[in-house]
Amino acid sequence: MSGEEFVPLSLTPLLIGIFAAVACALPGNFLLLRKQALIGDAISHVVLPGIVVAFLLTGAISAAPMMLGAAGAAVVAVVLIEAIRRLGRIEPGAAMGVVFTTMFAGGVLLLEQTDTSSVHLDVEHALYGNLESLIWLDATGWSSLLDPVALAYLPVELSRMALTLLAVSLFIAVFWRVLKISTFDEGFARTLGIRTNLLGLALVITAAVAAVAAFDAVGSIIVIAMFICPPAAARMMSNQLEGQVAWSVGFAVSSAVLGYVLAGYGPLWLGAQDAISAAGMIATVSGLMLAITARFGPCRNRSGAPVGV
Amino acid sequence: MLMDALLLQLGYNATLVAIGATLLGISAGVTGTFLFLRKRALVSDAISHATLPGVCIAFILMASFGGDGRNLIGLLLGSAASASAGLWCLNWLTRNTRLAEDAAIGSVLSVFFGFGIVLLTVIQTLGVGRQAGLEGFLLGSTAGMLWADAMVIAVGGAVTLLLILLIRRPMTLVAFDPEYAAARGLPVSKIDMAMMGLVMAVTVVGLKIVGLILIVALLIIPAVTARFWTERSDYVVLLAGLAGGLSAYVGAAMSASAPNLPTGPIIVLMSFALFLLSLLFAPNRGVLAAVLRHLRFQRRVHLRQGLLALAQGQPIYEKLTLRLLRRGGLVRADGVATSIGKARAAKALRDERRWAVVRSDHAHEAAAALYDGLRQIESVLTQDQITEIDRQIGGPKEVLA
Repeated sequence: MSGEEFVPLSLTPLLIGIFAAVACALPGNFLLLRKQALIGDAISHVVLPGIVVAFLLTGAISAAPMMLGAAGAAVVAVVLIEAIRRLGRIEPGAAMGVVFTTMFAGGVLLLEQTDTSSVHLDVEHALYGNLESLIWLDATGWSSLLDPVALAYLPVELSRMALTLLAVSLFIAVFWRVLKISTFDEGFARTLGIRTNLLGLALVITAAVAAVAAFDAVGSIIVIAMFICPPAAARMMSNQLEGQVAWSVGFAVSSAVLGYVLAGYGPLWLGAQDAISAAGMIATVSGLMLAITARFGPCRNRSGAPVGV
Repeated sequence: MLMDALLLQLGYNATLVAIGATLLGISAGVTGTFLFLRKRALVSDAISHATLPGVCIAFILMASFGGDGRNLIGLLLGSAASASAGLWCLNWLTRNTRLAEDAAIGSVLSVFFGFGIVLLTVIQTLGVGRQAGLEGFLLGSTAGMLWADAMVIAVGGAVTLLLILLIRRPMTLVAFDPEYAAARGLPVSKIDMAMMGLVMAVTVVGLKIVGLILIVALLIIPAVTARFWTERSDYVVLLAGLAGGLSAYVGAAMSASAPNLPTGPIIVLMSFALFLLSLLFAPNRGVLAAVLRHLRFQRRVHLRQGLLALAQGQPIYEKLTLRLLRRGGLVRADGVATSIGKARAAKALRDERRWAVVRSDHAHEAAAALYDGLRQIESVLTQDQITEIDRQIGGPKEVLA
């Protein structure tokens, strides 16, 4: 494959996919261990009304207000879930189910009512994502990476996703020790003076930021899959948190690359003409990885001991 | 217009939709209750997402054999097949790996949905015509409901309800106490499987009306709503069916009465409205009831403390206490106790002394455990016992002040 084709058409979507996958997988590790894995699912459903409201208020498709709207909706959802759980004394799963389905329904209704579907904001786009469209048309080859004129026209999603990944990584790195302690032994963490509630909220907000950025770029399906599948597969590979996080990053990157390549070139190899959904393919590949590790991973059993040792 | 819709006066198609939706709402509410009581509400989320690849595969198969890809029964069969595959994966992951159920749910729903989206794009590129109806499965589309579709939904809903009626006892037992059910010799895993099968049936049938994402709401919200109103599981089931049916009926009618009101979301928002009402106003478990209970408790504590203060001649500064005492006619406006107030205060102080005796005497251990500073001693001890205690304390003394 030559640079003239690869750099403009595939480099940026591939990078965006990788960044999105890793940014979601990193907080996903902790959410998984804290039995909050479905927060990613809930967030990706509730950002829809947030995005629609932001669009209605500003009247324009621009990134900043939409991300603000989405983040706001995520926070509203988290607060609502907690309020319903406490006020109604309902188990957390059901409270989450009530909130995210309702907010999603509200989002769909708003979309239909305001007829925003004409402006690229349709539900299907939001759900599937459209990774393939994030191309860098101004590039002519590998040399464009050093060409400031061409670089100026990089898709904004790329820098946004890179920044998000940086922020998420920073959060995890800075709070690594307290996150680890409070994830495995919340009571002990509290006796050390760690404010576990605040930390938990910070983790959820970080996850929401990653979700919103990825949602905007690549659709919700990658978000949900990457929050859960790479960390879950990594959990079958290691008993150490360090090992699990490292494996999960590996799984996230390889599902993004493999999924993108399969979606873009798989049909061509099979003799078909058009590419298929890259976001869906990335989710599928991550699921296959999970299936393989769940069957053969050294640490797949509940006892925690590696098999055959 | 809305009135017409509610009274089924909007024509044949709207009536069909309203009846179909109501039946679905009832069966979803009833089925979802067992799922909710078993604390597996979000399994429905995994099941509903897992239907997408099946729908697509069925479409591709039917279209490639030259048929109409949109045959409802074919699509429903496909969705049922892939939903059971998803359910199997979910069970396998929770049983054979260290993953918790929520992680298993999340991975199944995201992977199956992702694969479904891949298949959707395959269908788009295949270029087979008349795929338009397929998107309806994501968000539901009722406007184009035909008589045959309505019949499928009605029969499916009725069969589901009948099955629930048959196995409701074992399902309830398993939901509340799986260990006990197993000890009684009930096949717990089979009953769980039957319950999941029912959830799957409702999901598959509901795809056409509310879509695969919002069917989850119909399975969860009515059950949670009903739980506010009663402590008895059979009433929860009935009320959930009622809530589901009502929100589906009103939602379908509202969406028929105005343009741009998609049925699925309206039904979900209706059921959320019922949920909100219950959360706020249900007796015992509602927020309002809890607030009232708290206020009543606060008043009793303040009144009691006020009376004790009066009895011991201590000044009262607490505004709420003073107001309560004054309103009860126990003190005058200047803070001096009235004769009723003096009597009540003397009684309160005496009760306190009696309680002190009760709590120091091992013979009254059971009664002493009930002491909370508010309970009337007459409600715990008999008149004879109180007389006996009074003999130990000595005769009444007059309250000063």
